[in-house]
Amino acid sequence: MSPDLWSLYALMLKSRLFEEAIAQLWHDGLISGEMHLGTGEEAIIAGVVTQLREGDAMALDHRGTAALLMRGVDPVLILHELLGNPDGLCGGMGGHMHLFSKEYLAASSGIVGAEGPTAVGFALSAQYLHPGAIAVAFFGDGAMNQGMLMESMNLASAWNLPVLFVCKDDGWAITTQSKSVTGGDLNERARGLGIPAAEVDGCDVSGVWEVSHSAIERARSGQGPTFLHARCVHFEGHFLGLQLIRIVRDPLREMPEIAVPLTQSFLRPGGAALRERLAGLKTVLAAVFSPLCDPRRDSANDPVRSARTILQSDPVRLQELEDQVEKEISSALASALVEVPS
Amino acid sequence: MRTMFFTQAVDDALAQAMADDPRIILFGEDIPLLRRNLLVRFGPRRVRGTPISESAFLGAGVAAAMAGLCPVVEMYMVDFLGVCMDALLNHAAKVEAFSGGKWTARVVVRAPCGGGYGDGGQHEPSLWGWLAHIPGLTVLVPSTPADAGGLMLAALQHNGPVIFLEHKLLSETWLEFLGSGARRTVQYDVPAEGAKGAVPQKWEPVPIGKAVLRRAGGDVTIVSVGVGVHRTLEAAEALEAEGISAGVLDLRTISPLDKTAVCEAVAQTGRLLVVDEDYEGFGLSGELSAVVLEAGISCKYARVCTQTTIPYARHLEDQILPNKQRINASVRQLMQ
Repeated sequence: MSPDLWSLYALMLKSRLFEEAIAQLWHDGLISGEMHLGTGEEAIIAGVVTQLREGDAMALDHRGTAALLMRGVDPVLILHELLGNPDGLCGGMGGHMHLFSKEYLAASSGIVGAEGPTAVGFALSAQYLHPGAIAVAFFGDGAMNQGMLMESMNLASAWNLPVLFVCKDDGWAITTQSKSVTGGDLNERARGLGIPAAEVDGCDVSGVWEVSHSAIERARSGQGPTFLHARCVHFEGHFLGLQLIRIVRDPLREMPEIAVPLTQSFLRPGGAALRERLAGLKTVLAAVFSPLCDPRRDSANDPVRSARTILQSDPVRLQELEDQVEKEISSALASALVEVPS
Repeated sequence: MRTMFFTQAVDDALAQAMADDPRIILFGEDIPLLRRNLLVRFGPRRVRGTPISESAFLGAGVAAAMAGLCPVVEMYMVDFLGVCMDALLNHAAKVEAFSGGKWTARVVVRAPCGGGYGDGGQHEPSLWGWLAHIPGLTVLVPSTPADAGGLMLAALQHNGPVIFLEHKLLSETWLEFLGSGARRTVQYDVPAEGAKGAVPQKWEPVPIGKAVLRRAGGDVTIVSVGVGVHRTLEAAEALEAEGISAGVLDLRTISPLDKTAVCEAVAQTGRLLVVDEDYEGFGLSGELSAVVLEAGISCKYARVCTQTTIPYARHLEDQILPNKQRINASVRQLMQ
């Protein structure tokens, strides 16, 4: 079997437009608290989710919207949930970090690493109740340092469970660069637990599809879990409104708020010697300015654009597809917004 | 007198203590960004970021305290203590008892808590009752910048584990980080008196286990903590117009409870209302009823708490968290 790039692109575009609309709702204040988007990781989600079938389960992290949408959950239900409507996917009780679909065996969590135990439990249940079904866990590289995920990988290995552990590695653990808080190599970690590890470019949807296809077939046929490591970028960082991203977009507004107290504190008597203070300043500046040289800024890392480039060989079909997807999302949005009180 | 925002006050008191005591170190997730002002003053040896490994770094904080450091371990949210409860429940809280009183863990766990900004049921609970249930843990919940700084200083001087909870609705930085994201299109019901206020020129410890009477009143005693104190004060003002005189006691410390202050106030009014943002069952509100009963005080009792998982939808959340309307209704019922 080989991937159908047209349908993969359609799903990725749908997800992108959907999440861009969500971002607008957030900026307009119709969504109150945090909002973690999956823009930038669409290829990883699409490459895996399109291979799931009835009985398969998904353990999702705090940015699970794309996976649910691509799995087939009604976008209007998701929008209503994010808007806190009683007829939302979870009755307005869950919100974007806690999206649940019993119908599709999909559970989200706002606790980093919780996807591990959840996927293992779904897979255990599949072994008894739906032989041949699998569970997928989607998580970030930050979760790889969370004990419960490591324990879950070991358990899946020891019990030979049908789990696909998908690490969407954007290089960041919330606002900390992962390399500064992570020892060793993630693929080697998985192998150390007896789980085969596959590396794939998270920007290449066909590549993700192919690698996950063999991993999923392996799990379905009782050969146990696989660890899929895919690098990606998140265009909006950890969540919308992240200060690090705001600095890049509007430095004149953001910098004084940071620089003034920082300078005062740096100069304040009492505390470390100058050398230590300078080392501290260096750490802060590295954290604050890291987005400036961040791969998020490079459009070559956009998986939707990458797929589109290939499909441009048939511009008429491409146009039709894009029109269709845009129509679908605008109509979902229009229908969802009808009931929002002004 | 200086004026400070809530978290600014906590950080300022922490900085004063760090300048005086080199054993105080600070770590947690994203600390290089979140506590950058402390990092540039005290350097990366004393202020450091951690991986998302709560069990490891909280457990390490407890043992580092046992071995002579005074760590301030930051949790992103009190909810995330669920990931690493072992370090508190089975270790920090029990070292002193297990060692026959010869060894303690002088660790401060600092964590944002509380709701009111639409972040859903895994990020908004208060959980102080859950923590205070464990013997050996001291649990602090300040409601003003002055108390926040003073209690942080007291926590750092306390010879045992302290959980220091910072309500996100009072914290200028947490509310921006997790709520608005610098948007001007969202509004939160932030109690002005709690978010910003006068603080001393030099920090002095606010005694642990001492409640403070925020408002005197002869008809009913309302006991609360954190944001609940401000909701209650607002309600008390409205009740005064109806001719009801409500006293407001701010516990400031959940454990150890200031039983004396509670009993004295309730003995005078004969009516106790507990306003507690934490879950209703098996928690602070029930504990307070036990405190007055054990003291032989006869009183009418009611409580306004959070009874369910906190809903994501803002309008639902506003109804289930203690609010002025619910407080007023409960007081009126007590007055009947």
